[in-house]
Amino acid sequence: MSRDEKPSLAVWKFASCDGCQLTLLDCEDELLAVAERLELAYFLEASSAVVAGPYDVSLVEGSITTPDDVERIQEVRRQSRFLVTIGACATAGGIQALRNFGDVQELMRIVYATPSFLSTLETSTPISDHVPVDFELRGCPIDRHQLLEVISAYLAGRAPVIASHSVCIECKQKTNVCVLVAHGTACLGPVTHAGCGALCPTFHRGCYGCFGPAETANTGSMATALAAQGMGDQEMDRLFHTFNAWSEPFRSAPVPVDPPKRRGR
Amino acid sequence: MVQVLGAGGLDEIVRALRAQGRTVVGPVVRDGVITHDVIDSAADLPRGWTEEQDAGRYQLAPTGTDEIFAFSSPSTSWKRYLYPERTLLIRARRRRDVVEIHEPEPEAPPMAFLGVRSCDLAALDVLDRVFLDPDATDPTYAARRGDVFIVAVACSFPGNTCFCSSMDTGPTPRSGFDLAIRELHDGASHDLLVEAGSTRGAALLAEVESRAASDTDVARAGDSHDRAVAGMGRRLRSDDIQRAALDPDHPRWDDVAQRCLACANCTMVCPTCFCSATEDSTDLTGTESERWRVWDSCFTLDFTHLHGGSVRSSTRSRYRQWLLHKLVTWHDQFDASGCVGCGRCITWCPVGIDLTEEVAALARSDESVPREGAAP
Repeated sequence: MSRDEKPSLAVWKFASCDGCQLTLLDCEDELLAVAERLELAYFLEASSAVVAGPYDVSLVEGSITTPDDVERIQEVRRQSRFLVTIGACATAGGIQALRNFGDVQELMRIVYATPSFLSTLETSTPISDHVPVDFELRGCPIDRHQLLEVISAYLAGRAPVIASHSVCIECKQKTNVCVLVAHGTACLGPVTHAGCGALCPTFHRGCYGCFGPAETANTGSMATALAAQGMGDQEMDRLFHTFNAWSEPFRSAPVPVDPPKRRGR
Repeated sequence: MVQVLGAGGLDEIVRALRAQGRTVVGPVVRDGVITHDVIDSAADLPRGWTEEQDAGRYQLAPTGTDEIFAFSSPSTSWKRYLYPERTLLIRARRRRDVVEIHEPEPEAPPMAFLGVRSCDLAALDVLDRVFLDPDATDPTYAARRGDVFIVAVACSFPGNTCFCSSMDTGPTPRSGFDLAIRELHDGASHDLLVEAGSTRGAALLAEVESRAASDTDVARAGDSHDRAVAGMGRRLRSDDIQRAALDPDHPRWDDVAQRCLACANCTMVCPTCFCSATEDSTDLTGTESERWRVWDSCFTLDFTHLHGGSVRSSTRSRYRQWLLHKLVTWHDQFDASGCVGCGRCITWCPVGIDLTEEVAALARSDESVPREGAAP
C-alpha cells in the first residue's frame, strides 16, 4: 500500500489530562504497525507537523467545558469521517464534570485570583452531547489493548469487540477472588463497564468505576449492598462520583432500592 | 471394599497420580478463599481451614484441627479445567493471496481432580451431557475430559448455601469417581476412608498403604453422612420449582429484578453454565486473525443481540430465563437438572440473591409473603 492510500488519523484534545492520547504513544510495540497502516496526520502530542484535513479517523479526548470547545468540536466533526471518543472525559464529562453538581461561579472565585479572565461553561459535558459519535471507548485512562482493537477493527472494516458488560465477568475469567464477597472490600465492579481487564480487583483493590456504568447498571441495588456493608452516604457519594460522575446511572446514584436488607448482609 | 489410608496415604495418592504424568488439581487456600489450583503434594491442601458461606458472603476460618476437607464448595468449580475461559478455535494467516487456516489440536493434558464434591460430580455429568452429545461433541471438552482421574470427597460439613440433598446429588458421592474419600475426625482418631469406584481406582489404591475398614469405620461413615444431610444450609423443593415456572406475571420477578445486578457472577461460578461467545480478532497488519471461544453469560445484553437490539433487554427477563432454564427447561433439553445444589450462585452474588428463596417465593401465589430470612 502506498503512503498516499493510507487512511489518515487525527487526535484531538479538549478538557483532559492527555493521558488517553498518551495511551496511543504508549503502544510502543505496535506503534510502527499503526504508522504503517495509518497516516498520523494530526497528532500534536507526537508531532508539530500537521497535515490538513479532512481525516478518515479522529480520536477525540476531553470534555466540552468552554464556549470555544463548543465551536471547535463542530469543526472536528466536519473534518472527520469516523469519530471515536476516547476516555472518561470525552465519553462522560470526566472528573471535571463534578462542577455540574455545584456552582461554577463560586468555584471560580475560590480557585482563581482573577476569575474575570476565564471564559468557561457551567457544565463539563461529553462529546456525544454536542455531535454524533461513531464509537466510544471508556476508561480513565483508556486501555491500550482496546484502543488497538478499535483501530484494527476499523482497518479490517469490522465491528470492534468491546464488551459493555460488568467488570465481574473479566474478574471471573481471570479466576480472581471476589473482593466484595470474600474480603468485604467496596467494589463497583458489578455496575462498571468492562475493558480494564479487572485491573484493580486483580490487585485486591475494589473497582472504583473508572470505565463508567456497565450496560443496565443497577446502581440502586449496588448502593443497598454497599450500605449493608457499612458504607456511609458521603463515602458512597464519593465512590460513585468520580471520573464518570455525570454518566447515568452513576449521576443520580446512590438511590438504594427497596430498603430491607438482604439475608446475610 | 472400603480401605482406611495410612498416615501418609493421601500424599501417596498424589504422588502416584503425578507419577502417571497427571497434573493434579485440588482445593487450596488462596487470597482468602478455598479455590482450586494445581497441587504438588497433599501439603498444598487446605488442612485446618474451613469457611463460612452465606448469601453474598464468604469468610475463611481456621478449624483448630488438622482436618483436610472441612469445607464445602470451593469458590471455583471444575468446569474451567475442562472448558477453559478462553479457547483458540482458529488462527488464519494471509500470505499474498493465500489464506492459511490453522485449527489447533485440542489440548489433552492428563489431569487428576482431587477433592471433587458430590454436587460437582453431578455437575461433571451435566457438562458431559452438554459437551459429549454424540451428535454434537465438543472437541475441546472431549479432549480435556478424556481420562481425568477423579478422587471424590464426601462432604462432612455442608455450607449455609448448600442444598445438594434437595437436588439428590449429595452429600456422599455415589458414582462417577475413581476413588472416593471420606474424612472421619473425632478428637482421638483422624482417618481417611477410601473406596474405589473403578478398576484403575482399585489398582491405584492397591499401591497405597492402607488397611481394610472395620464395621465401626463404616458405621462412622454412615453417621457422618447423616450429619451432613441434617446440616444442609438450604433447601429447594421440587414441587416449588414446578409452581415457580407457572406464573410469568408473578410480582416476585419484578422484585428480584430490582435487586439483580445482571453482573453475571452467578453464571460464571455455576459449575454447569456452559454458554460461550465467539470473538474474531484481526491484527494491525491485516495479515493475521484469530477466532476465540470465550465464556459468556445470559445476563449480558449481547447474549441475545440480534439485528436491532437485544431480545431480553430487561433484567427481569434475563433472570427469569436463567432461573427457569437452570431448573426447568434444562430437563427437557438434557434430561437432567442444570442445578446441582452447590450454592455457589448464592454465595457469590454480590447482593446475595438466593435462588432457593426466590423459587419458594415464586411458588406462592400470595405476593405479600415476607422474604424468608430477610434481616429484621
